[in-house]
Amino acid sequence: MNVTNLASIASALVAAAALVTAAPTQAFADAESILQSQCASCHALQAPVNNIAKSERLSRIAPPLHFAGNKYNRDWLVSWLSNPSPIHPAGYFPQRHIINTGDGDTLDTDVRFAHPTLSTAEADTVATALMLLKSKSALIEADTYQPGTVAMRMGVMDFRRFKGCDACHQDSTTSGGLSGPLLYNSARRLQAAYLSSFILNPVAWDPNTVMPVLEMNEPAVHKLVHYLMMLEE
Amino acid sequence: MRNQLKNIVRVTGIGALTFLANPGIAFGAEADGAALYDMYCVQCHGTQGNGKGINASHINVQPRSHIDKGEMSARSDAELFKVIAEGGPAINKSVLMPAWRHNLNESEIEALVAHLRKLCCEN
Repeated sequence: MNVTNLASIASALVAAAALVTAAPTQAFADAESILQSQCASCHALQAPVNNIAKSERLSRIAPPLHFAGNKYNRDWLVSWLSNPSPIHPAGYFPQRHIINTGDGDTLDTDVRFAHPTLSTAEADTVATALMLLKSKSALIEADTYQPGTVAMRMGVMDFRRFKGCDACHQDSTTSGGLSGPLLYNSARRLQAAYLSSFILNPVAWDPNTVMPVLEMNEPAVHKLVHYLMMLEE
Repeated sequence: MRNQLKNIVRVTGIGALTFLANPGIAFGAEADGAALYDMYCVQCHGTQGNGKGINASHINVQPRSHIDKGEMSARSDAELFKVIAEGGPAINKSVLMPAWRHNLNESEIEALVAHLRKLCCEN
């Protein structure tokens, strides 16, 4: 593990503990213990020092969290960690769960979603620590998204027909593809600036992402984000 | 597919070719087209390359079947490279096929073209 990364995690944990007024030493220990024992085996908590080979993506089993503080909403983290449910309908790497029927592919329904469930107190402590992991702050600071609205009807047409996002993503519980993360609840889960920056250039966030760069200009991206932020779960 | 995954996991080299805006993270010393296909293409084009991936029923335009020898033989390698790199509109096809040149470098796209040729025309 890189020394700089170690230092950044340690400082994040210290800061997380400092935010908990009661028994900060215990909070520090709890956050560190949970992150290392329950998160680190599946999630990357440190940004890679150098670009890593694409083969890494094939073996990755959960999203990186070294930019969790740039990506997630804290309230959602607390809620989700204490009551986790699938975010990727076909799993984080769908190819592991595909069955070839002989006439097209389907998903192996025997694959069970499994994520540790934390107590509310644990979830609160861990969320505080995660929100301090911000390896991509430069991308957020460079983003130009400003909150706005779009006519829902146009938003639906843009998402589904014009941009084809629904090929991989669901913008309602009954519409959209299976390989990408759910987006009908993204407003609760994700920061608007993250959505904007990631859609504009997902490779900048994750060189091994399977999300394509859609070569849209910023106003077009912002319209999509307006739509996603207007969706309710 | 599991064997293909195992094969690519064994590949550890990092190539040096670069392509357009992609700084270039080659899949291996020689990019593995089959593994790249599993990673980027099967969601829509299917594990068998028949255009019936898990997303296919949610797409307005049926993804291209890569095992259709007639259709695929009508496309040159240069056209296949172009559509992977620049997306469907580059060869007057659907906008739903994205441009992968930002995610894949030149050698990786070439490996995918070679894999498409195997899918369509070597069985």
